[in-house]
Amino acid sequence: MTSGIRFDGVTVAYGSNTVLDSLDLTVEPGEVMALLGPSGSGKTTALRAVAGFVRPASGRVFIGDRDVTALPPYKRGIGMVVQQYALFPHLRVDANVAFGLKARKAPKDEIPGRVAEALEMTGMAAYARRYPRELSGGQQQRVAIARALAIRPHVLLLDEPLSALDAQLRSGMLAELARLHRELPDVSILYVTHDQVEALTLADRIAVMDKARLQDCGTPQDLYRRPRTEFTASFVGNANLLPVRVGTDGVTFAGADLKVPVPGAAPGSAATLCVRPHLVGLGDGPNLRGRIVEVQWRGSTHRLYVEVGGHRVKADVRELKETPALGTEVTLHFAPDDAVLLAAGVNDG
Amino acid sequence: MLWALPPVAVLALVFLYPLALVVQESLAPGAYAEVFASASFREALVTTVWLAVAATAGCLVLGFVLALVIAFVPFPGGKAVSKFIDVFLSFPSFLITLALLFVYGTVGMANGLWTDVTGAAEGPFHFLTTPWGVLLAEITYFTPFVMRPLLAAFSQIETAQLEVASSLGARPLRIVRQVILPEALPALAAGGSLVLVMCLNEFGIVLFTGAKGVTTLPMLVYGKAILESDYAAACVVAVVNVALSVGLYVLYRGVSRRAGA
Repeated sequence: MTSGIRFDGVTVAYGSNTVLDSLDLTVEPGEVMALLGPSGSGKTTALRAVAGFVRPASGRVFIGDRDVTALPPYKRGIGMVVQQYALFPHLRVDANVAFGLKARKAPKDEIPGRVAEALEMTGMAAYARRYPRELSGGQQQRVAIARALAIRPHVLLLDEPLSALDAQLRSGMLAELARLHRELPDVSILYVTHDQVEALTLADRIAVMDKARLQDCGTPQDLYRRPRTEFTASFVGNANLLPVRVGTDGVTFAGADLKVPVPGAAPGSAATLCVRPHLVGLGDGPNLRGRIVEVQWRGSTHRLYVEVGGHRVKADVRELKETPALGTEVTLHFAPDDAVLLAAGVNDG
Repeated sequence: MLWALPPVAVLALVFLYPLALVVQESLAPGAYAEVFASASFREALVTTVWLAVAATAGCLVLGFVLALVIAFVPFPGGKAVSKFIDVFLSFPSFLITLALLFVYGTVGMANGLWTDVTGAAEGPFHFLTTPWGVLLAEITYFTPFVMRPLLAAFSQIETAQLEVASSLGARPLRIVRQVILPEALPALAAGGSLVLVMCLNEFGIVLFTGAKGVTTLPMLVYGKAILESDYAAACVVAVVNVALSVGLYVLYRGVSRRAGA
């Protein structure tokens, strides 16, 4: 069997409530695809459709080239790791990891070796005889990953696997997951998260979901630098979304003419200009003057909130020697190529 | 320490003193020897134990299956059924026996239906007045006592555990055996031991079924004390019954502690 996942028009509904709407998405063999979105966006439902825990009302789910839509979960050959670890509390670590191998009736003499291999891979070999309750959260999650990997799945489903960990552990586990994927390049990973940092760090591509629909899909760099929708711009990284009027060679914002690329936009139409706060600086440039209304010190940077024509514009500037006083008038600038014009819609930052 | 005296005094007065009187009465010269030598006592002891053990086993199996269905198989009215279990626990035992008499009694619904359909003079269901009738009534009545702690235990099992087990390739039966059952063992032990002790002491069900030849220890106590006015023998049987119950309880606590329940 080959790896890879394909959603072919998958819709999941509970009565009249559609929780996943006509999802078309392909995860290539060996690819890490992050499903990123807020709560209720349909990302977990999509994962559960692959796992077989929800039955699509319409559409098909493929794992590799096999249509698994009607298969029960135990016949799908996937590994799964969930937020709350879901280790079996009455089994020791090695028995937890061996669970899937025994369920799949792996040859008895192979099981100890494969358990040891999976525990080695996740750095948990020394804890094989412990019970889950004797492990920390991070260690339990490693065991859960080892248990999923022990069956050598072609597809690995990770459902918010780091959400229960503290920030430091999460960062370490992200690096661990990246390493594991380098060691298992053939395994396709579907990674559900609401954390953009996890998605940007780990994924080859990100599928952005909202309101049960796929909003956008692309590489992290594409989505970050060239978002196609306001939702993507605001959910993947932080963004200034400025309501503008399109001109012939730029846009007008708060009475100021800004020279930015306006590919294909009709002159006179309303649009949204997306500029990342860290790409906005202080100094000369487009005529964008405003008054500082709030200052936040963030260690290496200052976040300035500047009111321009009734709209707040965020600017992340390198730490200033002197914190500017509220009410100070400043000029903001950004490179024309750093701005992205989005289809109409108003969303103040 | 003084504050503990009033409740201890009340306990001693209303419970320990009558119990002590029973034990004292049982110590009449030759009472134990006479009772232990009687065939009726030995029969009652065996009947009591096998009925209690069989009813407990039946309750455990039936209770486990029913609790599994209620907890893990979504169906309309599942929550109402779960609530009904709580209400059922408050029913008196004779009520269940009475209901069974209406269904399976000599002139009950089942036999009536049979005679109506076949035209036979009498129906085939006569088991209610045999030990099997007592067993059926006890299983019917006591099964919810196993289900209650089981449902509580099942509600603590993360659905994610079952889903992950399934994704790892485990079929439903394996999930029940290797994931659910081990986590339900303390609840099974608690429910089972409770039912065992209650069955050992059950009086109403045996009396109401009117089962011929089914004499349990509580029935023997009743017979000796009320029908024969042989209080010494009645007290001996009662002491044995109490010792059996307490012994089983101590055994249960020991096993529970070892199992970490």
